Amino acid sequence: MTTRSVRALSGALKPLFSPRSPQGYVVAVCHQTHKSTYTAPPARYGGRHTVTLIPGDGIGPELAKHVCELFRFCCVPVDFEVVNVDSTETSEDDINNAIMAIRRNGVALKGNIETNHNLPPSYKSRNSLLRTTLDLYASVMHCQSLPGVRTQHRNIDIITIRENTEGEYSSLEHENVPGVVESLKIITRTKSLRIADYAFRTAREKGRRRVTAVHKANIMKLGDGLFLECCKEVASGYPEITFDSMIVDNTTMQLVSRPQQFDVMVMPNLYGNVVSNVCAGLVGGPGLVPGANYGENYAVFETGTRNTGKSIANRNTANPTAMLLASCLLLDHLKLHGYASMIRKAILSTITDSRLHTADLGGKGSTSEMVQSIMDAIQSTGPRTQRH
Amino acid sequence: MFYMKAETLISVKTVTMIPGDGIGPEISAAVMKIFEAAKAPITWEERNVTAIKGPGGRWMIPPDAKESMDRSKIGLKGPLKTPIAAGHPSMNLLLRKTFDLYANVRPCVSIEGYKTPYTDVNLVTIRENTEGEYSGIEHMIVDGVVQSIKLITENASRRIAEYAFEYARNNKRTSVTAVHKANIMRMSDGLFLRKCREVAENYKDIKFTEMYLDTVCLNMVQDPTQFDVLVMPNLYGDILSDLCAGLIGGLGVTPSGNIGANGVAIFESVHGTAPDIAGMDLANPTALLLSAVMMLHHMGLHDHADKIQTACFDTIRDKKVLTKDLGGSAKCSEFTAEICRRVQDLD
Repeated sequence: MTTRSVRALSGALKPLFSPRSPQGYVVAVCHQTHKSTYTAPPARYGGRHTVTLIPGDGIGPELAKHVCELFRFCCVPVDFEVVNVDSTETSEDDINNAIMAIRRNGVALKGNIETNHNLPPSYKSRNSLLRTTLDLYASVMHCQSLPGVRTQHRNIDIITIRENTEGEYSSLEHENVPGVVESLKIITRTKSLRIADYAFRTAREKGRRRVTAVHKANIMKLGDGLFLECCKEVASGYPEITFDSMIVDNTTMQLVSRPQQFDVMVMPNLYGNVVSNVCAGLVGGPGLVPGANYGENYAVFETGTRNTGKSIANRNTANPTAMLLASCLLLDHLKLHGYASMIRKAILSTITDSRLHTADLGGKGSTSEMVQSIMDAIQSTGPRTQRH
Repeated sequence: MFYMKAETLISVKTVTMIPGDGIGPEISAAVMKIFEAAKAPITWEERNVTAIKGPGGRWMIPPDAKESMDRSKIGLKGPLKTPIAAGHPSMNLLLRKTFDLYANVRPCVSIEGYKTPYTDVNLVTIRENTEGEYSGIEHMIVDGVVQSIKLITENASRRIAEYAFEYARNNKRTSVTAVHKANIMRMSDGLFLRKCREVAENYKDIKFTEMYLDTVCLNMVQDPTQFDVLVMPNLYGDILSDLCAGLIGGLGVTPSGNIGANGVAIFESVHGTAPDIAGMDLANPTALLLSAVMMLHHMGLHDHADKIQTACFDTIRDKKVLTKDLGGSAKCSEFTAEICRRVQDLD
């Protein structure tokens, strides 16, 4: 070793042996895993956040308008950058613009974009494109029984965490022989570990006791077997949380007979679709449950069951609860907790009044009446502006 | 045995009975007793289907079982134990492959007297049983990346769609709904959907609708009365049929039938073998009995079917003699005897 390199080496080691770091030799580990602490996108331009808003189709635009109205009323420091995506366009320019806007702002609130499934496979689902391009790997839905909503089961409190980017939704299909179509379901170790880790971290943060992995490993031994193995691996690092697994068909049967037994559920894409929709139906339907899609760098909020509600569009009968609760999740994500809890409390107090229930809950109320009632509830709690 | 009564012209039909494992033998015996009380024109041929290794090293069902099924064309099966590490595939899979049982039919009807949070359920799930996600074709492409192949073919889709519409017509059902996820799986579910649409053209008397899988699940748990006949590929069928079974009370009261090519049909109970209560006269024969009723309808013996079903439902509604899983404390033999008594009274 030359003198120069020895000096350079000692120079490199010196800070480790200085009196200021008495621990001695510390190995700096460069780990590839994702950040364990999340930081909200910084507020810019006078303490206000900019959030991408994609109205979507069906009831999306009217609900988006109500969200803007409510935020303005509450003086929430959020500005919406509206990006429209035309689902009738075959070119992908619109969705690419939307994706770029979300990359810019870091967060988005979106309505569902319709997919015409009679178009050829080259036209990919816009929602799916958004999720996979931005790598929004976790779709989280918190289904809770709400007071004032009559359902067949009570006391449900389930968090469903669904892998959002691979599995059956890889859109890899081909027709080798005419009349025989193969569709590929991809399960990878990295993504399975990632979603399992997300599930257990969420369970720990929220003080949940049990995580259930939903699978079909008795039939799809390699694919779902790999998913299950990854979940078990991650579970060993969280000894305070009970981990068990259940086959998807048994899960749906248990959900309709005794849903109270479930706590946190983690699963691959397709089963997640089924289970989260069943859970949403159990607590009162698509109008009540908000959904969130989290990635490493971005977050997109929408209604939990992702319906366009084409048949009830523009009739002022849609239930705004799901979208408004999604906007509360958005506010929590931006660390504007004061505004989030204020709006959430107002929504829950409105829901208990069955006279205001919209058609999906068996009532005759209108969307605008519900939103007005929420605004009245907020006004009655005191000054509109709140420090967070 | 095959004889004809000149005055009534009712021919006795042979049915292959596969008792199965665990509680299988006792519930099969219960069903046979009830059929005898109802004077149903059925003779039973009991067979065992434990897999044996045939010539060429391939696993197959015993030849006498196959021969009996090919002759009688109708089978009634109890629960079979799925062996782990016995070297051979599950018996259910073997039966499915041997007789090309392409349609799994599960009528889910709310049972009066067995209360669940859902009332007035009356729907039928028809599931494609041979391909789809359960083709069993999986590869590990590189370490940590697994690819499972879902296979959808034109022929299988057309066959199941035709069966669904035929079933709807023969059982006087008003609508058939195809369940799919063609927005995501455009080519595969798209092909399935196209075939369903084509077949629907020939059955203009039956209403045909299409619905996404997630929408069906969402609506099913809120209001199951809006559904009639549902037809779908393998995986969705698996999940939905169990979901619907859960709505009416579970696998202990749900009948099921498998329809094969060449006119073969095997009706079965879909619950497990319940080894913990096997041989203790505690089992509930309702699932197997209702499957047997489905079988009688399939064979055209509607009067006997209705009689046995009424007796069974009356017993459950009365709540006096019920097995433990239905909320009572009676033994299997007592429950069976009660149904037999009612069947004879109905004569």
